[in-house]
Amino acid sequence: MITDTDIAVIGAGPAGCNAALLAAEYDFSVVMLDEQVSPGGQVWRAKSPAILSAPETPESVAGESVRNAISQSNVTHLGGVRVWHIERSEDPFVIHYENAGVSCSLSCRCLVIATGARETIQPIPGWTLPGVVGMAGATSIFKQDLIPIGSKMVVSGTGPLVFFVAAEQQRLGGEVAAIVTSNTLLDWIKALPAMLLRPGLLFRGLRWITAMYVNRIPIYWGHTVTRVEGESSVSRVEFKKISKDWTPQGQPRFIECDCVSLGSGLISAFESFQLAGISLEHNSDLGGWIPKQEQDGRTNVGGCFICGDGAGIRGSLAAETHGKLAGLSAVAFLGAKINHSIVKLRREYARAASFGEAMSKLSIPRPGLTKLTTAKTVVCRCEGITRAEIEDEMNLGAQSTISVKSGVRAGMGPCGGKFCQTAITDLIAKTKSCPVSQIAPPTARPPLRPISVNTLAGDFDYSDLPISKPSPL
Amino acid sequence: MGCASALQMAEGGMKSIVLDQGDLGQGASGVNAGTLSLQIKRVKLMPYAIRGHQEWESMGDAVGFRKTGGYTLAFTDHEAELLHERMSLKAEAGAPIEFVSNSALREAEPNLADQVVAASYCAEDGYANSSLTGQFYRARLKQQGVQYREGFKLLGVEACNDGYVIRSANTTVSARKLLFSAGAWLKSLTALMGVELPVQARVNTVSVTERLPMLTRSVIGHATGLLTMKQKTNGTLLIGGGWQGRGTPEQGRGQVDTDSLRSNLALARHVLPAAENARILRSWTGFEAHVPDFYPLAGKLPGYEDVFVLGCVRGGYTIGPYIGKLMGDYILERTTELPLFDPGRSFPEVVV
Repeated sequence: MITDTDIAVIGAGPAGCNAALLAAEYDFSVVMLDEQVSPGGQVWRAKSPAILSAPETPESVAGESVRNAISQSNVTHLGGVRVWHIERSEDPFVIHYENAGVSCSLSCRCLVIATGARETIQPIPGWTLPGVVGMAGATSIFKQDLIPIGSKMVVSGTGPLVFFVAAEQQRLGGEVAAIVTSNTLLDWIKALPAMLLRPGLLFRGLRWITAMYVNRIPIYWGHTVTRVEGESSVSRVEFKKISKDWTPQGQPRFIECDCVSLGSGLISAFESFQLAGISLEHNSDLGGWIPKQEQDGRTNVGGCFICGDGAGIRGSLAAETHGKLAGLSAVAFLGAKINHSIVKLRREYARAASFGEAMSKLSIPRPGLTKLTTAKTVVCRCEGITRAEIEDEMNLGAQSTISVKSGVRAGMGPCGGKFCQTAITDLIAKTKSCPVSQIAPPTARPPLRPISVNTLAGDFDYSDLPISKPSPL
Repeated sequence: MGCASALQMAEGGMKSIVLDQGDLGQGASGVNAGTLSLQIKRVKLMPYAIRGHQEWESMGDAVGFRKTGGYTLAFTDHEAELLHERMSLKAEAGAPIEFVSNSALREAEPNLADQVVAASYCAEDGYANSSLTGQFYRARLKQQGVQYREGFKLLGVEACNDGYVIRSANTTVSARKLLFSAGAWLKSLTALMGVELPVQARVNTVSVTERLPMLTRSVIGHATGLLTMKQKTNGTLLIGGGWQGRGTPEQGRGQVDTDSLRSNLALARHVLPAAENARILRSWTGFEAHVPDFYPLAGKLPGYEDVFVLGCVRGGYTIGPYIGKLMGDYILERTTELPLFDPGRSFPEVVV
């Protein structure tokens, strides 16, 4: 078992893999850790090994290519492990991770954090019903298991994922009842200049939309699903037109379906950065709270570099190049002489990032979004706390994410706030009439994922207990 | 402690304003394991601790107070000796502590490990929900018309005609008297007044599990003090014991030390084997301040007539609400029910 390495890379998505591969070219020992068994992250998620063959997609091709590159390189890939803490020490970092129920630690001279993004979903009535799935979550199922979800799906949300999810659901044999998107055609036309930077993706998108029209799947531009209805699972959705600021208005309409895919955009999974000691800043163009960063993945923490969507939602192409830049920053930190063209990579990165940022802009929340969450809507799913309960707590004086968490337990469940923090922060900002950028996320606390007492305690002999001086009597 | 003092002063007709660099109660009381156990209080502080328990009991549901009774366990002969010696002295000081037989323990707490050699019990022990501290005091302050400001980071203090002017980055507050009750941050704050107090901060670690079926209904302690464990009504298990994390108050929040954490959890598992598969959701640290003789600082700041200091109680969570009242009375120039602790006293040499 490896306990020590030059460079540790957390995350095996496009950014992490590229950082690891490039760093390995400079003859440093590189260990790449990831929760999934195979590299690829979310966007290049590998299909389940139970599936022997499947038609290629651009993502599967890119994914296979990077998986081959990793297996042929000197990178040590630790797949299926869960990083639970990043400790700053003399090394200067120690990564603590769980591997098959055992807690292990890895010391490293420098660290590249490429933990990527997760999605955020605005809570709406009925969003906790079985049959409701996030859009990014849906794509994970599509990529890994190659099955459609439910038999008749309504997709509702923002950004390009809406069309990707609908297209894949169809391709894999499912039915799409309707696409409901908060974005208008005008929003997409505004993104056209940036989309021209990636004509391949633009044409792919146009093909999806054409396929929708050909199959007579309605696309409701400038609309949003306002409630999900059903007894013990989804049976239909209510949706409405929305105004320019995304406030639902007008008469409700209904669509029968057994599955709803919702999403309000991607955000950085920033907890790892917090544990590593990197400060956060707010940038709505890049998904909200992101780590403070300098060029080429450098941060205010010496020896700690960041790349990919975790550093700001700029898309997978930007992530690949960002990974290379971060990998180069890491090896330069360790004293290597760089023989790659950083200038060329920065240019590639800027181009790719323009496209990604234009896509992210489509999901920047507008004031009407919070109105979808009614007083009785559950906001904290783990603890079953409604919007009304959170607002009551705020009326009693809780004015920060920390005090709302302490008072009402919102964010204290097993998900650690991953589902609810965005919505809670939004509610606090509205109550205080101040921008979201002034409502800092709560203090990050390990473990990054729930981890059992057994795993953490390991082998313990009672006689190992330190017999310290008893406390004063 | 600051809030309790302010409330007492308000009751006596003195106007005050409470300032905190963060949210009320988040410095220590709000990140505590919430244990209210007379069995871990110092002999000389027992009268204060007993009254502290009464304060928490009167706060009741608003702070999730539960009088569950508490057991302290010994697993070796040495620990049993320690237990007998210390608990007897604490009982003499007024705590209703008794020794219990193994069979009584087993009946009350069937899921505890069976290698217990000796055990003590105190019916007055229990816990409160420390995260509700801030919410509770915010409500009480509002109710009594006491002003407070959160997010007020004190940068400087200047003497003026009528008292003092306290400065933050963008605002000032004037007052005739000052009370520093900033716990682990007392050292740097009182330094602004030119006084050096030998305040040290321990970095205590607490962990919480996901919700579990009920495994224990009492507060569980260890003869060495290295474990506190309690299961709350929502099923989550709170594990503490003063295992040390890293960091200093000046740096902000402390950091969890993984070796420390693992030993803490290993001991918890040893004591309650049924918890072995429980998943830890969060671990965090909180600062606990003390001075070299491990007794409170409660009185006038050395060299000042109108500046006071309160903190370093060691058992501050339990005793805080009560000693805050005493402090309020002291500032109101009333006689205090129990004596306070002169911050100007001489301390033994600091042994590192």
